[in-house]
Amino acid sequence: MALLEVKDLKVRVEEREILHGLTLTVNEGEVHAIMGPNGSGKSTLSHVIAGKPGYEVTDGQILFRGEDLLEMDPDERAAKGVFLAFQYPVEIPGVATMNFLRTALNAQRKARGEGEYSTPDFLKKVREVSKSLNIPQDMLKRGVNVGFSGGEKKRNEVLQMALFEPSLCILDEMDSGLDIDALRIAADGVNALRSPGRAMIVITHYQRLLNYIVPDFVHVMSKGRVVKSGDKELALELEASGYAQFEDAA
Amino acid sequence: MPAVQETVERVKRIDVDQYRYGFETLIDSEKAPKGLSEEIVKFISQKKNEPAWMLQWRLEAYRRWLTMTEPTWARVNYPKIDFQDIHYYAAPKPKKTVTSLDEIDPEILKTYEKLGIPLREVAMLEGIEPKVGEDDPARRKIAVDAVFDSVSVATTFKAELKKAGVIFMPISEAIREHPELVQKYLGSVVPTSDNFYATLNSAVFSDGSFVYVPPGVRCPMELSTYFRINERNTGQFERTLIIADKGSYVSYLEGCTAPQRDENQLHAAVVELVALDDAEIKYSTVQNWYPGNSEGKGGIYNFVTKRGDCRGANSKISWTQVETGSAITWKYPSCILRGDNSRGEFYSIAISNGFQQVDSGTKMIHLGKNTSSRIISKGIAAGKSQNTYRGLVTAHRKATGARNFTACDSLLIGDKCGAHTVPYIEAKNSSATFEHEATTSKISEDVLFYCIQRGLSQEEAVGLVVNGFVKDVLQQLPMEFAVEAQKLISISLEGSVG
Repeated sequence: MALLEVKDLKVRVEEREILHGLTLTVNEGEVHAIMGPNGSGKSTLSHVIAGKPGYEVTDGQILFRGEDLLEMDPDERAAKGVFLAFQYPVEIPGVATMNFLRTALNAQRKARGEGEYSTPDFLKKVREVSKSLNIPQDMLKRGVNVGFSGGEKKRNEVLQMALFEPSLCILDEMDSGLDIDALRIAADGVNALRSPGRAMIVITHYQRLLNYIVPDFVHVMSKGRVVKSGDKELALELEASGYAQFEDAA
Repeated sequence: MPAVQETVERVKRIDVDQYRYGFETLIDSEKAPKGLSEEIVKFISQKKNEPAWMLQWRLEAYRRWLTMTEPTWARVNYPKIDFQDIHYYAAPKPKKTVTSLDEIDPEILKTYEKLGIPLREVAMLEGIEPKVGEDDPARRKIAVDAVFDSVSVATTFKAELKKAGVIFMPISEAIREHPELVQKYLGSVVPTSDNFYATLNSAVFSDGSFVYVPPGVRCPMELSTYFRINERNTGQFERTLIIADKGSYVSYLEGCTAPQRDENQLHAAVVELVALDDAEIKYSTVQNWYPGNSEGKGGIYNFVTKRGDCRGANSKISWTQVETGSAITWKYPSCILRGDNSRGEFYSIAISNGFQQVDSGTKMIHLGKNTSSRIISKGIAAGKSQNTYRGLVTAHRKATGARNFTACDSLLIGDKCGAHTVPYIEAKNSSATFEHEATTSKISEDVLFYCIQRGLSQEEAVGLVVNGFVKDVLQQLPMEFAVEAQKLISISLEGSVG
């Protein structure tokens, strides 16, 4: 069974159709890149999979391990293993990052009927992961993303990904706002999380990110549809020729 | 379990619209007939075995009250109160003279137990007695005065406090046992003519707490009063007087709950604080009177006058309040900064949900030289509630070097509630430095979605974000109460979204 099956998905936002019948299948262990120009519907797809309010699915379905994902609340989806790394992670003043991580992790574990982490186990795990991501401990005491640099915010997303151990990671424009060094650290973090049991969908505008996170498959989106699929070579091809060639195909 | 998680657990277990303190205790009580007259004032004074001067004081207040009218400037709406339709005195019928806790009506003890308030003299954190000879400073004790309807039913740790020279007793007892202190300070901060509700209180108050901390003494434990309105159609008018003599320190906590009833009940308290030279008073309130049901029926009308006088040089008074209950809140804990270099602080969290109306804030009146004050107010409005911050900061002509910093933040949840900020700032001295910051924001859908994507439910997400919003103020509360307040905040906001 595929991990994620998106079938002929049609999505509207305020009476305007954004996705016009999108189909995508992702198996465990695979890394899929979704590329496309601004406004092609890449972020909409990631939001609909995660369950963000404000989108109306008019047709099609999304199955996660064969279960109807659209029937689930967003927090249920998270507990099932759907993780969205945000393009613009939000700031939550007054809520210490450490507290947030622990509250979220325990909420997910509880939803799955698992016990809560003990404090020493939790701290040990956070320390390990944050060290590998070059996240200083004092950052974890600060409010969630408050005063974080662009790179720190993205590393904080990867930190959560590592802690929550989701089976599907969707990375929405992870490279936006990052310089090359910050990008490398974040990408190394993501690569360390690649595993046979985990799939990733990497949404990006530029090929650059895919030099660091090398995908198994590349899909080109234009005007709310996947217009071309291929392997990693397709990304290089795009870099050379641009998206214009697909405008008509859509 | 981290507090937030615990909050969340608690919220889950409670149905929307369920006020967990809403039970009623069935006990025999003695009530004055409804209505207010000189006879009733005399009746109350007599019940309390008061000296003649006290009765005179009450009667003067009563006569004054007859000439006054209710204030209408606050942003709250309610039907006119019939002051003749209220019982001004209700007391649990004593079986005999009570000398120890064991002799108190077990129903009353059970009530406080249900409320989670320890009336047994046990260490609060672990709930066990320290071993003989053991003196663990980390294990904090809290002395409690419990006021049930109009009378104080128990005061704990009296003996231990007495050793330190601290007087902590029902004010009715203090009037008899320490008349010189009461006569000197009662009404010296909030005069009997102060305002409609304070004057009413002066005429009919039946009990409350009295604290005197002698010079140089740091009160060895937190002092606390729990107010419980139980009787139907009864007003509660308690009076609290705290005096911190030169160089002393005291931290005082106040908690309030009431049964769930369809009719509105009046609560008009007066709190007076006096800090002499180099003294400090920290006064914390967790107010959770019944707020009314989801249709806005019932709930407590909370018209309270709280004022602190930094009478001595280098004195300090700090108010911290967490206001979650009451149908109507009309309350402005204030500081008169009379002594040179004195300091006033006001930290407030005011949460309104359902049909609650809150008009609350503070007054910082700078009279002495180099006085400073700080106001941090966090208002959270949800449901169909209205939440107003009203504040006054003034510097007198002679208050050279007065400084104030004010930050008022409002958070709106949903689109049927309102948040309002009404600051009055008055500087009659050109050397005063007053800063005022204010923000109003709506709880962000993006922030909520971020939390929910990480596995939190909608209500857990709101609780987390709001607790973050009020963190600066929560930190000002004594630790045990901060945890309690955090839970209360989440419970107060349940059902506020969606």
